[in-house]
Order: sequence, then structure tokens, then C-alpha cells
Amino acid sequence: MIKAVMVMNTQGKPRLAKFYDYQPVEKQQELIRSVFTVLSSRAENVSNFMEAESIFGPDSRLVYKHYATLYFVFVFDSSENELAMLDLIQVFVETLDKCFKNVCELDIVFNYSKMQTVLDEIIFGGQVLETSSTEVMKAVEEISKLEAASNAITLVPAKYASGWNRR
Amino acid sequence: MGSQGGFGQSKEFLDLVKSIGEARSKSEEDRIILREIETLKRRIVEPDIPKRKMKEYIIRLVYVEMLGHDASFGYIHAVKMTHDDNLLLKRTGYLAVTLFLNEDHDLIILIVNTIQKDLKSDNYLVVCAALNAVCRLINEETIPAVLPQVVELLGHQKEAVRKKAIMALHRFYQKSPSSVSHLISNFRKKLCDNDPGVMGATLCPLFDLITIDVKSFKDLVVSFVSILKQVTERRLPKSYDYHQMPAPFIQIKLLKILALLGNGDKHASGQMYTVIGDLMRKCDASTNIGNAVLYECICCVSSIYPNTKLLEAAAEIISKFLKSDNHNLKYMGIDALGRLIKINPDVAEQHQLAVIDCLEDPDDTLKRKTFELLHKMTKSSNVEVIVNRMIDYMISVNDFHYKTEIASRCVELAEQYAPSNHWFILTMNKVFEHAGDLVDIKVAHNLMRLIAEGFGEDDDAADSQLRSSAVESYLRIVTEPKLPSAFLQVICWVLGEYGTADGNYSASYITGKICDVAEAYSSDETVKAYAITALMKIYAFEIAAGRKLDILTEFQSLIEELAASHSTDLQQRAYELQAVVCLDAHAVECIMPSDASCEDIEIDITLPFLNSYVQQSLQNGAQPYIPEDARTGALSVSSFSNQEHRETSSHGLKFEAYEMPKPPVPSRPPPVSISTDLVPVPEPSYSRETHVSPPVLSASSSGSSELKLRLDGVQKKWGRPTYSSSPTSSSGVSPSPANGASKVEPAAPSTSRPRETYKDSKKAEVDPEKQKLAASLFGGASKSEKRASSTSHKASKGSSHSTGTSSVSKSSVPSTSEVKSPPQPLPDLLDLGEPTVSTIVPSADPFMQLEGLLDHDESGSTGSNAALDSTAKVPDIVSLYSELQVSGHDSSSTISPLSSNGSNNKNLKRTVSGGSPQGMKGPNLKEALEKDALVRQMGVNPTTQNPNLFKDLFG
Repeated sequence: MIKAVMVMNTQGKPRLAKFYDYQPVEKQQELIRSVFTVLSSRAENVSNFMEAESIFGPDSRLVYKHYATLYFVFVFDSSENELAMLDLIQVFVETLDKCFKNVCELDIVFNYSKMQTVLDEIIFGGQVLETSSTEVMKAVEEISKLEAASNAITLVPAKYASGWNRR
Repeated sequence: MGSQGGFGQSKEFLDLVKSIGEARSKSEEDRIILREIETLKRRIVEPDIPKRKMKEYIIRLVYVEMLGHDASFGYIHAVKMTHDDNLLLKRTGYLAVTLFLNEDHDLIILIVNTIQKDLKSDNYLVVCAALNAVCRLINEETIPAVLPQVVELLGHQKEAVRKKAIMALHRFYQKSPSSVSHLISNFRKKLCDNDPGVMGATLCPLFDLITIDVKSFKDLVVSFVSILKQVTERRLPKSYDYHQMPAPFIQIKLLKILALLGNGDKHASGQMYTVIGDLMRKCDASTNIGNAVLYECICCVSSIYPNTKLLEAAAEIISKFLKSDNHNLKYMGIDALGRLIKINPDVAEQHQLAVIDCLEDPDDTLKRKTFELLHKMTKSSNVEVIVNRMIDYMISVNDFHYKTEIASRCVELAEQYAPSNHWFILTMNKVFEHAGDLVDIKVAHNLMRLIAEGFGEDDDAADSQLRSSAVESYLRIVTEPKLPSAFLQVICWVLGEYGTADGNYSASYITGKICDVAEAYSSDETVKAYAITALMKIYAFEIAAGRKLDILTEFQSLIEELAASHSTDLQQRAYELQAVVCLDAHAVECIMPSDASCEDIEIDITLPFLNSYVQQSLQNGAQPYIPEDARTGALSVSSFSNQEHRETSSHGLKFEAYEMPKPPVPSRPPPVSISTDLVPVPEPSYSRETHVSPPVLSASSSGSSELKLRLDGVQKKWGRPTYSSSPTSSSGVSPSPANGASKVEPAAPSTSRPRETYKDSKKAEVDPEKQKLAASLFGGASKSEKRASSTSHKASKGSSHSTGTSSVSKSSVPSTSEVKSPPQPLPDLLDLGEPTVSTIVPSADPFMQLEGLLDHDESGSTGSNAALDSTAKVPDIVSLYSELQVSGHDSSSTISPLSSNGSNNKNLKRTVSGGSPQGMKGPNLKEALEKDALVRQMGVNPTTQNPNLFKDLFG
């Protein structure tokens, strides 16, 4: 089972924190901080796995991936495969990228709820629900379409986001 | 209005995100957020907020909470939002509540109704949102409220809904297995769903179910195998391909399930061999996900009934992993190797150099994984190298959690495979020196026990040699600064018990050292208590041996200081020591017999020797003793006058003056007492009393003075057969007939040859240092081989294989038997934690024993023994004594062992638990954040232009 998904930037600011076992707010912050402390101390060319038992308790593993200014962190137990989790991060990021056309940290900050939607399509209640990024995209697009139809407010169109980037 | 910022959010929110991004410190960030919370608190309660505005407020609340601030004031608004008809708002509401609330929150009750309604909605997205909330917010009590709807949704036309319904049921199962136990057949049914996504999702709950109960799912082996076959044959839609791999995540899940189903089941495993073999052959090892599948194959192969072909293939993949430059693959390779050596320990040998490379890798994760592997492959032949490496690493590590873990591993390995007691003691010293406060205090007691009991054989010379070497090493170590408390306790105890035993060191030298310890660690009461007891022993031995005491000035000042200590335990020890020093040789000999720490203290809680005395007293009109429970029971029912009567008659507060002593007691004719001259007892009447029944007493005292080792009922774990013994012998190696050698190093003669050739061929290009290490780590017989070659003929190594092996086998036999013989009779070191504690501890704990011995002479041994034995009995004894009208002094000495023992235990506990939190210091995060904030120029970006997230992804 997946215990937590975290996205934080290289300054340690959380961009997304989702715990599949309830954790109180203070505990969440503490976990994010301790994960960041370890992550920031790791060298560039080492493995993507990390000793997590001292932070998350027994039977927990941590896989992280570093993209530009962001760390994507998955915490899970022994029923998952570490390499596969690494690829699940890849799936998540690929999907975000398809969503936002060249995703960057800003997209994630301003489209917090969309990122949650994407994540919910991939991981559901701590289990891997869907691993095909096309399928996830399909679901997310459908949600956006229906949401748009049901309300005048649109989610941020990706082209504006990227346009803002270039400014 | 809402789109001023161009992001669909208001300018306010944009400004907030921006200002937080620009915040230069955590406190500045906190200030900004607190201001934001104030704003939100004000705004959110305003009447008639437009819905989309409200939505933004909720998102801002989520944002605030993600940054670690309390947003509970807005929870109710999020709950309200879930009631909204608008899909976007509803979804936002659900998102917020799943992030805010836990399943036991008070507001959940308001949501359950909405969820019930939404699960029936026509809009499948509403249903999905509700299912999402179900996973997170429904607890055991509310499961029945939504269960019927969720089950119904299993047949929904949309596969996305079916998938999520399965997941929700899985979640219910995790929370309360009984609530869905009747629905398990649904999971089986859904395995045949025509949507591969639903089928894949079903594998998650099935995996959990199979983990718990393998048997009832054996019939599914065929289905799983056929699904896996179809997946690998690319029968699934193209959209499930990932990096040209057909549905790799489904493959992995299936392999995990097959590993469970095939474990120890030859028939089931037989059905899997073909498909796994095909998979391993075909799998693309150039992608990360391909390697993930391969790794899972190895896990599966090592779990199911062994198949030689598959094992060979697995070993091949492992060697590819280990040779890779990718650290992730190396890590997986080490992990896989750890699994495979359980089946075939020989696999490790071909990878020895790769493993050693990993051991020296700068990557900590990899290093730790490698230590895990080494831990698994430890045997008595390589324990020294492995434990030494572990200790080196332990010294270098700062992470307390891991330090504790690796220290306990070192202890475990050393206890299990120690080649000699001397080595064991040296190793333990190192562990204690560097991680003494992190290891269990029991380990310290074990060490003391080992030193005290020695080999457990009648080999006194070896025992005393062991002790002298321990004393020697401790005298060397004790001068080092800042030793952990547990280690100091061991040092003090050993120095006290055996410091002067071999005559190499004078009493004044040893006592000087111990006084230094007590002075240097003056804040640690446990250490001081150990030190003072050690001093007492040394002086007692000196007096008993008839030597003149050489009292040091620091000793005097120490005693004076401790006699005025706040700790009653220390005070008592100090006074006892003062008393012992004044006694004559014979008395001291009886109080403190030399080298008696292994004796049993026999305890007879019925105090039979008092029977005749009690009888006598009763005859003389004394009140019979009423047990405490009977007494309190009587109190609760009896009338007040009755109670008063009892109070005066039995024990309790007396408000009248004490009666005159009863005549029979002092007038008793003094019995022939053997031991009255032992202690100058102030009240002669009392000493006579205690010896009213000399035969019984002498029996119990002779029992305690007899030198008797408690070895019965103690399991012997030393030198027990390692896991390597059975698999190798099953793989065709004939066990060597030599004494015990087959047990420890079964593969010695047969494996040495291939390894040797391997080494020879590799020799040219590999660092000889490393090679040596490899040989000592992996070679079953390498150690003996090395010994043989260094002692006898060096030529044997270079000679032809036949002579090489013969010399190896010849030389390995004596050396293995040498290694083998000492561990066998060793007492079990791990047994202290087991229920026998109460009987073993007295013989191991020097304090208790000391007290027992002291009281043995002062009050006839039984009182103290009974006190040691059970807390509950003590009040009874006290009352007994008060009935007997013994003066207060005596009864207090009866309780003392217990109380000092209790406080002692407390101290131990405190020192153990106190160790870890102290050291929890890491790099200062706040500082790092501040520094990083300085670097930032605008918004959330570290630089003005936006770095592309995916340059490594898509070029």
C-alpha cells in the first residue's frame, strides 16, 4: 500500500502532500521536513531509494525523483515494488506534463486541485488504481469537460499557464 | 473579478502564493499565512458569497493547511460545499474534506448522508467523487451505511466506477475485514471483468486476501497464470503499454500474487514455471520498468518451490543488476541476492567483488542494503569480518535509528556465531563504547553473565584467562572520556568481581580506577551504584584474603559524599560498604565469597524455619497472623468496633504506647548458634530468634554457598546450525565426517576449489585488499585455508587443484573443530528476555546478589530472599516481623533489597530510554530554508526564468 505522496520543491516547501493514512497537520509538517532534510543531503548520482523506517516507522520504503525544482516522493510498504514505484512517479509526472503541456512548478502551485484530481486517478485509497497515463488523461479530461459544462468557471487552460511561463 | 490573475483564481490568491514564495524566512511565511487566515475567517462567514468565490476560499484553506497551519474553522464550509449540486463545487468540497478530516472527525456524520445520495447519482463523476470520499472518510461504524450502494456499483457500466468501487471495498476490508467477509466472492468475479483496468485493480484486494489466507485461493493459480500469459503476449489494449512493456504494473502485481501462491507448494509452482521462464527471457532489461518486472520475477522465483533452471536465470539477472552502473539496479541486485541466498547460499560467491563494491559505495541506502545482505549470509566462518565492518560503519553513522539497528545486529551476530569468548568480549566492548546507550541493557547483563559463567565447563584456567583479558581491556578503556552508562556498568561490575582475581593488579590500583569512574560520571546514579558495589567487593576480597586494606583518600571522600546522597539506594550502599570494611576476615568471607556471582540464591517464600517459633508464640497467646487480603476483606464488612479491635490486634497504626515485650522471647534459651559471631549484631535477642531452627537455615545457606551454575532449562543457541547447512547438503555436497565441521562449514571442501580458481583468474586486475576481504566474507573455508597456507606451506595455493583441495580439506578439519568446540557449551545469552527472568536475574545482577548475601547474614537470608522473590509478599513479612516485635531497624533492612532493586531498575530504564531523544539533532532545517529563500528572486521560482521540469524526460 502507498502511504503517502509528497511533492516539494528544492527549498523544502510542500507543493502537495497526501497521506493515505490520516496524519494530523503538525505530524504532516514534521514528516515533510524530515524527508526534505534527508533528501537535500543526498548526492546527485545515487540511488532513488531511501531509508524511511526512521521517519515513517517499520515496513516503509521511500522512492523519490528529482525533476528540476521539484522532488516527487512516494512512501509505501513492502507490498509494492520499488522500481515500479519509481515508474509510477514517472507516470504521474508524465500525466501532469500532458495536462499542462510542459509542466512547471508554477502550474502545480496554481492548479492544486487539478493535480489532486490526477493523483486520485492514479492512486486511490493507497492502492495503485491506474498506471496508463493515457487512461488517466482521458479520465481527467472528461472530468474537466463536465466540470466546465456544469459551471462557467474553467480550470486554467494550459496555454495560459505556459504563456505566463514565458513572460 | 475572479480571473484577474489570469489563472482562474483571484489576484488575492496569486498575491498570497507569490508573497509566500518570496518570504525570506519561515517566520515571515508564518506571518503571511496568519494574516491570510484572519482574512479567510472574516470573509468566509460573510453572507451571500458567490459560489465560485467560496470555492476559491476552500482551495485557499487547503493551501494554508498544507503549509502547516490550522484551518479547522473552515471545515464546516467544506462540508457544506459537498452538498452543492454543481459538480465542480462538489468535487472541490470532497477534495477539501478528504484532506481535512479523518474518519473519526465529528463532521463525518454530516457527510455520510451526502455520500449515500451521491453514490446513487446518475452522473458518474459525482459517483467517483463520492467513492473517493468513501475511501477516506468512512470508518468501521459507517461502513454498513454505504456498503450496499458500493456493492451495487460493482456492476456499474463505467469501468472507472467499477474500478473505484472495488478499491472502496478493499479499503473496507482493510478497515474491518468482517464487514465485507461475505463479499469476497465479488473480488473473484471482478477478476473476469472485461476491462483490464478493473481486473488490474482487483489484484490489489486479492493480493491482501491471499497474503492472509493462501489456501482458499489455490484454485486461482491457473487463472493468474493465464492472465499473466495473456499480458506478456500483448493481448491487452495498446493503451496499457508503458515504455513498450505490456501492462507492467499488472505483471508485477501478478508475480507478487504467484509468489505467495507458489510458496512451498510444488504443484502450484509447477504451473508457473513456464510463464515465469518466458517472462524472464523476453523481458526488456534496458528500461527501468523492465528491470522492475525482472526483479519481481526473481522475488517470485525465490519464493516458489525451487526450480534449478529459473534459479540459474535469476542468478544471471542478478549479476547483470550488480554489474550495472545504475545505483537503483545495484540496490535491487543486492536485495534480490539476499532473497536468492536463502535457497542457494553459493550464489553469493560469484558476486563477492560486486558486493564489496557496494559496501564501499558512497550511497548510504545501498550500503545499508548491503549490510542487510551480509547479515543474512553470516556464518561462523565470516562473522569476524562482517561484524568488524558493521562496527566500523556503525561508528561512522549519525542517524540514531539506524545506529541502534546496526548495533543490535552486531550483538545478535556476535552472540550467535562468536568464534571465541575472547572475541565476543572485545566485540561487545566496541559496540558498547560507540553505541552503549542505544543497545538494550539486557545485552550488558548478558555480557556480565558470560564473563561470570565463562565457558560453562570445568575449564577454570580458560575462564580465569578470559576474565583477566576482560579486566585488562576494561582497565584500558575506562580512561577514555564519555563512555556510555551501560558500558560503565559492565566495566565496574567486572572490575569489582575479577579486578584483583588474578593478582596482576593491586586493589588500590583498581579501586582508584573505580573511584575515578564514580567521580567522572557523578550525574549517573546507576553507574555510581555499580561503582560502589564494585569497591565493596574488592575490599571484601582483600579483607578475606587477609591483606591489609589500603584505603585511598578519594575513596573516603566518595563514601562520604554518597552517604549524604539524595538517593537512598546510594546511601544504603555507602553505609553497607562502611560496615563491611570494619568487619573481620571470616565475616567478610561469608558475606562476600569471592567469585560467587554465579551462585543461586535459593528462595523459600514459606519461611518454614519460622514455623516452630510461630507455633511457640501462638501457644503463648499471640494473635494468629491474618493474611492481608483477608484483613482488608474483613475491614470492609465488619463494624467499626470490630475494626478497631483488629487494628490493635494485628498491625496498623497504633495510637497507644507499645506493650512490654512478651516474656517468652527474651527468655528463650540461646540455641547453639553457628553464626552468631559472623556479624556483631546489636540485638542479641534478634539473632537468636532467627536461628531458632538451625537445620532448615543451614540447609538453605549451604544451598546458596555451594557453587552451582544454573544451566538447566537454558537453551543453547551457540553454534546452532546455520541456515546454510541444510540447503548445501541438499544441493549435493556430502557432509564432512569431521567433528562438527559439517554443521558449520558444510561446503568447505567442495566450494573452495571453484572459488580459488575464480580468485586466481581475477587476481590480476583486482585490488588485493578487496580480494582478501572478499575471501574472508564469502569463502566458507577461506579462513582456515588462509591459516593453513600461512602456517604450513604457502605453495598449496598455487599448486594444482587436487593438492590444493586436499590440503584445504585437511587443514579445514582441525580448524573448524577448533572453531566449533568453544561455542557449543556456552550458555544462552539471549534467554534473559524470556519468562525465566525472575530466576535468572538474581544470579546475574550483582546488586541483588549483594543485597541477598548481606541480608542473608543479617536477617537469616529468608527475609531478603522472600522480598526479592515477590513484591506482594513484602507487606506480609513486615507485618510478620512487627508481630514478632522486632525493632524497626531489622524490618527496614528486610525491605531494602526490594526498594533498592526497584529504584535500580528504574535507573536502568531511565538510562536506556533517555539515550535516544537526546541525540535527535539534525541539520537545522530552518537555516537551510532561510538560506534558500535568499536565493529566490520571485514567486516560486529560484530564478527569473522557469526551468523546464522535463528536460531529462523529453529531451
